[in-house]
Amino acid sequence: MIRITREDFSVDEVLGRLRTGNMGALVTFVGFVRNKSEGRGVERMEIECYEDMTLGQLEAIREEALERFGVEEVTVIHRYGNLNVSDKIMMIAVGAAHRAEAFDACRYVLEQIKGRVPIWKKEVTPEGDFWVEGEGP
Amino acid sequence: MIYFALFREMAGLSEEEFHLQEGSTVEALVEAIKVQHGPLGGVERILVAVNGEFAEPGETLVEGDVAALFPPVSGG
Repeated sequence: MIRITREDFSVDEVLGRLRTGNMGALVTFVGFVRNKSEGRGVERMEIECYEDMTLGQLEAIREEALERFGVEEVTVIHRYGNLNVSDKIMMIAVGAAHRAEAFDACRYVLEQIKGRVPIWKKEVTPEGDFWVEGEGP
Repeated sequence: MIYFALFREMAGLSEEEFHLQEGSTVEALVEAIKVQHGPLGGVERILVAVNGEFAEPGETLVEGDVAALFPPVSGG
């Protein structure tokens, strides 16, 4: 499943929906808003995305992960809009028969998101607002 | 044209129409935008998507294409 949303989500609910009897391993990654970045205090975060393209890219990455690593299922949820410190930003969950391919696929999905999914974070700090520099191509 | 994130702020708008000569490339579009929007002129890393897919500089544009301009992504 692929989802982008302004709302918070429940990790338990996502995992509950993902799990099947074929899965001996379930690896999750959850990213949060930190209260510090580059030595500055962060008050909150604004996340912007190009919605149509983000959904297309996430779906493509999911398909690649399924094919490359032979995992059972991949779920990605990414939030946008206004987030506070400690809020969940995104979650990746990979269900697989065994742990090795689940870990590998989860990392692959995360690195691909950081490189090619059109989402941008802006940190709001007491010293001003700063766009997070992308790691992309 | 659609602008996102820092580039939206630099251009001072989210969307606008651009009229180019037939057969113009993505690279020509970027050059035209840099002239139109001074603050973008000095930016080195510009990503372009056409109709929702990443585009190469040499790709030819056709009437009605929706191009998006944005900085390297920072999601995840």
